[in-house]
Amino acid sequence: MSALVELVGVSKRYSDAQALQPTNLSVARGKTTVLIGPSGCGKSTLLRLIIGLVEPDSGTITFDGSEVIAGNIGLLRRRIGYVIQEGGLFPHLTAHANVLLMARHLGKSHSEMRTRLMELCELTRFYGNLLERYPIELSGGQRQRVSLMRALMLSPELLLLDEPLGALDPLVRAALQKDLKEIFMRLRQTVLFVTHDLAEATYFGDEIVLMNEGRIVQQGSIVDLRERPASPFVSEFINAQRGVADLWIASGK
Amino acid sequence: MDRIRKIENKPYISTNQESKNQSLKFGSGAMSWLLDFLLISCVPAFLIFSASAFAQPVMIGSKKFTESYVLGEIAKQVLTNAGIRAEHRQGMGGTIILWQALRGGQIDAYPEYTGTIAQEILKTDRALSLTEIRDALAKFGVGTTESLGFNNTYALVMRRGEAQRLGVHTISDLRNHPELKIGLTHEFLDRHDGWQPLRERYGLPQENVIGIDHALGYAALGNGSIDVKDAYSTDAKIVENDLIVLEDDLEFFQNYDAVFLFRLSLRQDAVAALRHLEGTLNEKRMTTLNAEAERTKNYTTAAGLYFETAARSATATSGESFTHKLLRWTLRHLQLAGVSLVLAVLIGIPLGILASRGGAVGHTILGFAGVVQTIPSLALLALLVPLPFFGISARTAIAALFLYGLLPIVRNTASGLQDIPRSLRESSIALGLSPATQLWQIYLPMASRSILSGIKTSAVINVGTATLAALIGAGGLGEPILSGLNLNDHVTILEGAIPAALLALIVQWLFDLLDRVLIPKGLRL
Repeated sequence: MSALVELVGVSKRYSDAQALQPTNLSVARGKTTVLIGPSGCGKSTLLRLIIGLVEPDSGTITFDGSEVIAGNIGLLRRRIGYVIQEGGLFPHLTAHANVLLMARHLGKSHSEMRTRLMELCELTRFYGNLLERYPIELSGGQRQRVSLMRALMLSPELLLLDEPLGALDPLVRAALQKDLKEIFMRLRQTVLFVTHDLAEATYFGDEIVLMNEGRIVQQGSIVDLRERPASPFVSEFINAQRGVADLWIASGK
Repeated sequence: MDRIRKIENKPYISTNQESKNQSLKFGSGAMSWLLDFLLISCVPAFLIFSASAFAQPVMIGSKKFTESYVLGEIAKQVLTNAGIRAEHRQGMGGTIILWQALRGGQIDAYPEYTGTIAQEILKTDRALSLTEIRDALAKFGVGTTESLGFNNTYALVMRRGEAQRLGVHTISDLRNHPELKIGLTHEFLDRHDGWQPLRERYGLPQENVIGIDHALGYAALGNGSIDVKDAYSTDAKIVENDLIVLEDDLEFFQNYDAVFLFRLSLRQDAVAALRHLEGTLNEKRMTTLNAEAERTKNYTTAAGLYFETAARSATATSGESFTHKLLRWTLRHLQLAGVSLVLAVLIGIPLGILASRGGAVGHTILGFAGVVQTIPSLALLALLVPLPFFGISARTAIAALFLYGLLPIVRNTASGLQDIPRSLRESSIALGLSPATQLWQIYLPMASRSILSGIKTSAVINVGTATLAALIGAGGLGEPILSGLNLNDHVTILEGAIPAALLALIVQWLFDLLDRVLIPKGLRL
């Protein structure tokens, strides 16, 4: 089966720095690919290139066989869900309105939207009676569940998550990690997940992509990265977070 | 006034249609908050506009001093008595403003003086006969009555005691007293037959010359701030304040016989009615009427005295009650401030959206709006008056208020939009919403608090600044303030000042209420 997203020689420079060196990457269908690396390594830029928030300086991005260009990015965005660390919920809209925003824009029928909303509440374990609340009236974890519902509303083929759990306290984070993993498996969802936490990467990642200074340093399973590091940086990065990662490996997940 | 309202009506109606069209285009809840605002703010303006729709009355103008007010009021009553509908726009300004208003058709007639016509309008240094004046004015489509019967010449006046102590009886005597402080009206300072030629003719040495409002000048003369001022020989204040008129021993001042100027296109029965006034007022009688006007603070009553036998019944029927006057001023005031605000909102928000995108265009817009704000409001009015479309009219006042109201709205719209966090902008893009939807459903509602506070600032500024509209005869609560200033009468000033201040407070309070309706609940928690 071919990759859902294919990047060939994609690079991006912001005024002051080369955010991404020419890079190749394939995102496999039905799998969770985790981008990991220190801050500023280019992992978020990669996500933003795919959803078209920034345009590449060179190279091509292909989504489901068609090249991503200015002319089709609008349509492609409807096939991609995007969740960011702060949730990105609009404060002037209720949870309900946030989730339905795009479906309403596309003129979906009321019954269709209602059914989908019920499904999503069940899937993300979100209490339906909280739907009329505004984002500010929800806890951080609840907000991320709403944000996930909004991203999943149109049943996207690709889900982009940019450190979605980064701002949550450990208990909430653990619960959401578990729920997220279940959701991905249930939906056989193609996911591209950005984190800087090795334990989280190990927990989610079918495939881990380690980045540094705008390049992909190594790509593979956690065992590959640990046993066969491609460079001293890989060992250094793994060792720095080793304790937690070992726990996950030991528990067999 | 009806004529002006009709013209103003047009932009309002088209505005309303635009907002209807938009509501059709954008559908149900998309931009309801903005529509709500437009509807709410348009309703009072609509009520004001629909109130007037009659045949055109004869418009009488007057200059900004007591005698002109009284003559204007007499003309209005003589027309009314002849069964002709007439209105009087009091105290519109100085000679040039009245002359332009007459030629432009904003007024049909106003009282003028022969010397002023020769010097200021026909720009000649020679004394002209009334026949010469009539021939010259005919070229402009303007006619004149015969003299009303009195000569209100310019004069220099002093406190009687001071003049006697210094032995000053004639203008020539002033040469011996260079220390005397002279206070002159701005018009006299600038006139061709005013201060400069007078000073040259008499060789006057005084250096200490200031410009001061006519009525305030009498107060300044009374308390010794100045020693000499210009006056009209029929001023009631001369007798009242025990002043003496310095003899014009070199015969510098020309005759200033009072006449009415009127448009030659004016209906014949109205011209005939005005001509009934010819030769009916001597200097003594005019001085009495002026004194009556200043004593009662009521020009209508004073003008009523002219009609002797019919005086009482005339004042009883045409005297306007205070409540009615207040209502008229307030409605006019709201009209000026309201129409200009609606325009500023309709233009300011789109400009603010453009400006929020930054770049050269954004900087230009914010720069322009900022520069306009730094022009003193009085100067802005004065700059607009000579332009062809504007002139002496409510349009000019509305245009000036509109320009003033623009900056807070543009700036707050731009900053409200720029303050939206990048993560939320990107979320709305990443969702796949179209640019129009992003603007209407996400950006504008999120910036609504800032935009509304800009509109509120503009509204309060406009309500305050609209008092200046009276300076160009556009009416409103500035009218009593201005005539109070002319009469040096504090009560009349307060009749305008207090309602204007209250109005500003009410507007502020209404907008606070509007915040709760228009700002989405999620942003108020």
